[in-house]
Amino acid sequence: MPNELAFLPCAVVTLAGAVAAMMLRNLVHCALCAAGAFAGLAALYLQLDAQFAGFAQLLVYVGAVAILIVFTIILTRGADLRPGAAATSPAPWVGLLAAGLVVACLIGCLVSSPSLNRLPAATADAPVKSIGEQLMNQYVMPLEAIGLLLTAALLGAVVIALREPPKSEPPTR
Amino acid sequence: MASIIAYLWLIPTAPLLAAGVAALLPRGRRGLSAGLAIGAISLSLVVSCAAFWATLHGGRATINFRWFDYGSTSVALGLVLDPLGAIMAVMVSLVSLLIFIYSLGYMAKDENFTRFFCFLALFAAAMLGLVIANSLLLFFMCWELVGLASYLLIGFWFQKPSAAAAAKKAFIVTRIGDLGFFVGMLWLYAKAGTLVFYDGGHGCLDGGVVLGAAATTISLLIFCGAVGKSGQIPLHVWLPDAMEGPTPVSALIHAATMVAAGVFLIARVYPLMTPEALQVVTWVGALTAVFAACIAVAQNDIKRILAYSTVSQLGYMMMGLGAGGVAVGMFHLTTHACFKALLFLGAGSVIHGCHEEQDIRNMGGLRKRMPVTFAVYAVGMMALCGVPLFFSGFWSKDAILDATHHWSVSQAPFYLGLLGAFLTAFYMTRQVCVVFFGKPATGAAERAHESPSVMTVPLLILAFLAVVAGFLGTPAWPWFKCYLEGGQAGFDLSKLVEEHQLRVMLLSTSLVAAAIFLGGWLYGRAPARPWRESDPLEAAQPAVFALLRHKFYVDEFYDATIVRLTAAFAKFSDWLDRAVWGGAVKAVCWVALVLARFSRGTDETVVNGGFDIGTETVRGSGEWVSRWQNGQVQRYLRVIALAFCGLLLVLLWGSQ
Amino acid sequence: MTTPLVHYLILAALLFGVGLAGALTRRNAVLVLLGVELMLNAANLNFIAFWRFGPHPENLTGVMVALFVIAIGAAEAAIGLALVIALYRHCRTAQLDRVASLKG
Repeated sequence: MPNELAFLPCAVVTLAGAVAAMMLRNLVHCALCAAGAFAGLAALYLQLDAQFAGFAQLLVYVGAVAILIVFTIILTRGADLRPGAAATSPAPWVGLLAAGLVVACLIGCLVSSPSLNRLPAATADAPVKSIGEQLMNQYVMPLEAIGLLLTAALLGAVVIALREPPKSEPPTR
Repeated sequence: MASIIAYLWLIPTAPLLAAGVAALLPRGRRGLSAGLAIGAISLSLVVSCAAFWATLHGGRATINFRWFDYGSTSVALGLVLDPLGAIMAVMVSLVSLLIFIYSLGYMAKDENFTRFFCFLALFAAAMLGLVIANSLLLFFMCWELVGLASYLLIGFWFQKPSAAAAAKKAFIVTRIGDLGFFVGMLWLYAKAGTLVFYDGGHGCLDGGVVLGAAATTISLLIFCGAVGKSGQIPLHVWLPDAMEGPTPVSALIHAATMVAAGVFLIARVYPLMTPEALQVVTWVGALTAVFAACIAVAQNDIKRILAYSTVSQLGYMMMGLGAGGVAVGMFHLTTHACFKALLFLGAGSVIHGCHEEQDIRNMGGLRKRMPVTFAVYAVGMMALCGVPLFFSGFWSKDAILDATHHWSVSQAPFYLGLLGAFLTAFYMTRQVCVVFFGKPATGAAERAHESPSVMTVPLLILAFLAVVAGFLGTPAWPWFKCYLEGGQAGFDLSKLVEEHQLRVMLLSTSLVAAAIFLGGWLYGRAPARPWRESDPLEAAQPAVFALLRHKFYVDEFYDATIVRLTAAFAKFSDWLDRAVWGGAVKAVCWVALVLARFSRGTDETVVNGGFDIGTETVRGSGEWVSRWQNGQVQRYLRVIALAFCGLLLVLLWGSQ
Repeated sequence: MTTPLVHYLILAALLFGVGLAGALTRRNAVLVLLGVELMLNAANLNFIAFWRFGPHPENLTGVMVALFVIAIGAAEAAIGLALVIALYRHCRTAQLDRVASLKG
């Protein structure tokens, strides 16, 4: 049963982490704050009785994706932003405006919708056993597809990031 | 008769073919051209003689054929074999043959020898066609062809402006007469329904045709053609100028044959001529005879004198036709052909001998230097004057004087005829004295030589004919008259000494003798000074002499009136054509041009411009839109985000 | 004091907005990808929240979808970052506004 008291800190942490991830100049700091945000989300999942999802979130996002991002930052030397160089692309207010509009729309819908005022069910149970059963029965096709996707992604990432043999043509800008 | 009529077409066709072949020959083939012409005319002569032989006992045969149809009617042409046509065919082909042979010598030094014989053959073909034609339409076609050949031959030396002008004058003046002829022909066709002369009773001369009140007018209109072609006044002005052509041409065309075609026309359509029309013919003939004889007295060019003499004698022929009938006129025509051709060829021989000198005042004393020419010329002159008994002109002119003496309408033509005879003898004597007697006036005359035999032999033959032909028509043996008009010709010498016959003969003889005596007395002696300064007549009556020498100023009168009028009308027509019709055409062109320019403008600005604007708009808008794609990924993302918002709003508000 | 569903949804919306703002604004390609991950996570939160507050929680659809989204998000992050690395190798930069060769 999600508790308001437990919700608020997690929400704040998530949001703060997300904002920081998007605003900081140092990219590694950004990545680490993002990891924090992911962790906050994992806590929220746990509050919502989706334990498996929460731990999966921690494992994958905090453990793999955030690290991956750090590695990429290191490999692309993006960490050292020269002082004075812009962190944002030209005309950032357009993007902010767009995002703001989207958020405004969404929140407007959410707030004005009466069907969202509902209370949760008494208990919600998502045992791993059921998840496994469902994976193997109802969701076997998506499971296989995901497997294929992951394989393809793995191979694709290797191929894309492979250091090419030196060619004569100069790099394009 | 039937057998010969089948070959009658050969008479005009042989020279026509010769002319056709000669037209294609290059300038160097002189022998072939002359040979073709002479051969063809000989063939025509042979067939003509055969035809003549067939008609000796009178009769008439025709051969008609349909030329073309239009609607339900058809136009027919045909050939006729009768005494009138046969005697003319023989005369024309014989004289033509002699003149062709003469031309071999006369034109030997000319470089256009081939062309000359081609034209001569063309002329002979047309004249022979005219003579045997059985349809007035075929007659007219050959008439026009004869006019064409005359034009070509008068203007043979076309590099001379005077020759070219003379050819033009001849053609245009005869055209005026031909216009009357054509109108008369059309009127006759309208009235009679046919232009065929003899058609088994249905022809226009067969007697079954009733022309009514229009008969006199039709006859006079047809006579207009004869006036033009035969040089009667007022259309005589072309004949003297026609002497610009070579002398054989003058002999053949303007003495013996073409000018006689007018007389022949009247003889041919004689059944159509009303007595009123014949009166007009006689008067015109009489006036012409005296008028031309007066002018001839004061001329100094050897050929001009003969030309005016021809005009005068043609007047006599018309007078004879009008007063006495076909036989009288045709007899004089036949004898005139022989002695006038002789005189012209003799003049040609004189000109040739004096090295192309034509003014008689520059000759003189040629009697001793050119004896043969002198002898034949004297024969011709005496035939023309009408020296009695042995010269043909006497008998034929006498027949005419006799006819006019018995004319019921008036005796004036008779007296005019006598006056004409006097003047004829006078001017011929003048000419012969000045040319052949006395002393040579110039060096050229002194060095004169006789002509070669190719020229003198035809002269001798013609001289023989000039004597003999007369015996065919004496009152004692009127063979000619009976041949043409039917009847038996008995030989009766007593007819010669019949009272009125004898009176007329003696009267004319005495006049001729007086004239010869006067002429001899005035001109026969060797002059103290050259004739140019001391012509006795000129000294006696300078004003009259000048009037006569200038041909009564007829040419000048025509020039001031008709020619000027025509020129003004031509200028007006030219202006009309250029300004008015040309202007109309230009206006149409201008309209078309304006339309074209407008169309082009529309095409360029509206159509092209429209397309250009359209494509420019598309291109411009595409270029403007493509600027949105600046390669910046985040811009794309922003756009997507904004679009998403827009979609969301649309869906939300749409659902409400 | 149970938190109502709406709170979770508002949080998810805000998270989504932050992620979107970052993706649209930051110059570095990696941060754009990070923003995308945040957006995915916001969606995931939506799914889980709706599953929990739904009438039939025994129907595990929300959780399953969230799991799948996590997997997909991971795969996509891998590919995207490999692309950034390849881009860095070609163009010597990871700044997105410097890579504009596909402009029209």
